[in-house]
Amino acid sequence: MIEVQQITKRYGQHTAIDRVSFSVAKGEVLAFLGPNGAGKTTTMRILTCFMPATEGTARVAGFDCADHPLEVKRRIGYLPETPPVYLELTVTEYLQFVGRLRGLSGKILTSSMQREIERLGLGTVQHRLIGNLSRGYRQRVGLAQALLHDPQVLILDEPTVGLDPKQIIEIRELIKNLAGSHSVILSTHILPEATAVCQRVVIISGGRIVAEDTPEQLSARLRQSEKISLTLKSPATDTDSRLKAVQGVQNVFIGGAPGTFLLECELGRDAREEVARLAVTSGWGLLELKAVSMTLEDVFLQLTKTEEGLPQGAVLASAEPAGQPT
Amino acid sequence: MTPVQAIIAKELRSYFVSPVVYVVGSVFLLIVGLLAYLYVVFAGAQAIQLMQMQGSAQINLNDLVFRNLFSSIRFILLIILPILTMRLFAEERKLRTFEFLMTSPIRISDIVIGKFMSVFLVFLGLLGLTGLIPLVLALFSDFNWYPVLTGYLGLALLGALFLSVGLLASAVTENQIVAAFISFGLLLVLWLLAGVGSLLGDTAIGQAVSYLSFMEHYDHLVRGLIDTKDLVYFVSGLAFMLFLSHRAVDSTRWK
Repeated sequence: MIEVQQITKRYGQHTAIDRVSFSVAKGEVLAFLGPNGAGKTTTMRILTCFMPATEGTARVAGFDCADHPLEVKRRIGYLPETPPVYLELTVTEYLQFVGRLRGLSGKILTSSMQREIERLGLGTVQHRLIGNLSRGYRQRVGLAQALLHDPQVLILDEPTVGLDPKQIIEIRELIKNLAGSHSVILSTHILPEATAVCQRVVIISGGRIVAEDTPEQLSARLRQSEKISLTLKSPATDTDSRLKAVQGVQNVFIGGAPGTFLLECELGRDAREEVARLAVTSGWGLLELKAVSMTLEDVFLQLTKTEEGLPQGAVLASAEPAGQPT
Repeated sequence: MTPVQAIIAKELRSYFVSPVVYVVGSVFLLIVGLLAYLYVVFAGAQAIQLMQMQGSAQINLNDLVFRNLFSSIRFILLIILPILTMRLFAEERKLRTFEFLMTSPIRISDIVIGKFMSVFLVFLGLLGLTGLIPLVLALFSDFNWYPVLTGYLGLALLGALFLSVGLLASAVTENQIVAAFISFGLLLVLWLLAGVGSLLGDTAIGQAVSYLSFMEHYDHLVRGLIDTKDLVYFVSGLAFMLFLSHRAVDSTRWK
């Protein structure tokens, strides 16, 4: 549905995105992850035909963004970073205007408006001026705008910013329901969001794609060692050295809370059984023992930070506390 | 509803919920009304003087009231129309709705024409309200309607030109104040070109420079003279400004 080939965007000397390629199949939800200034918005602006790429081609539903912008725009629903709302209009007036610009009229327009107002919970505010609504409501009006003409492709730039936790869950559900019938690209820097709603993740940093895979695959691929977190009630002074002696354990870190340890093991070797036996026979009072998988957050930090030339070890160490029991 | 109509409807709505139209409109009508009153009073004083000297007086309201009034309105428009146009594109860019417009499946020309038409309709509405002045005067006096109507045609054309210059100014900046000042500046230059032209005298360059100013063309219409040359000036000037606005809007995408 979306094919991006080797697009580059330069602003004078500055290269915002550099030979970015990816594709999104029909019905797929793709997350665009990256730190601020990585080029997420630039890529989205090229896809929505707001600005042309310096090099490369972007195609949406078979139409080239440079050659047939109107055809592309007709098939896209786009929510920019800031919800594009007119503060002096009411919600219904605004949606009416949006629908007319997209060629909806009469009954179809009314029913589409009704559908989105219901879907996004705007019923109670539909006759109020958008200028008097809170950030969360404006964001929802922005989403309603993107969905109004039931586009094949949705491009959402940080769709859950400014929403409260309940609304965030609702919007994620909404996006998940759209998958299958719609192709969705959403950018975010909230990592659990990518894991929750997306089948595929593209991590972009410094204008280049540094990784592209499913959330699970990404963390698996980057996991260089198995980790075990261990909590003991009464550890002895020699606990860490004895733990290190267990076969397969490479490293033992003492955790922040008393009695917590983080063991780094050889890849593909589960030392949990051995460790448990040792803890029980030594009478350390085993409270908790679990394997720690690398979260997407760790992967993200590692990928985007090593990109900037930081030593990998330092990044891993900083990512570790995320896996520790608190 | 076509995209152009949708934009016109939305822009009119935006104009009438903001205080700008009411403030600008009130000031415009107040000043025009006051000027009309003053010109009529002067005309009356002149009539009384003539009566005392000659025993009878035949004063020409077309010369004493309407020509003066139309000349003055030209200057008022130069000041107030940039205030009406300054928000057209600058506000969209400030509030980030510009990106939404540009990613809507409509042509840029639809946006430019829709925005121009909306502010032109607002202006025609204001101009229409000043029509009360000749109507009231017609109740109490006799004058020739023809130059008044061509004068209104001149005002409509002049206003359209001013508004298109303002639209262009609004398209090149996201700051409304800057947009207003750019259009003041451009309009003053267009005005002063008449002076530059007469300074250069009756040479080819002098004539060309004078032709670029709206002064002479507008004066012809106020005097009741409909010349194709003047109509061509206004229409082509308007088209050129709309074309430049289109280019300016389009070019913002490349930055």
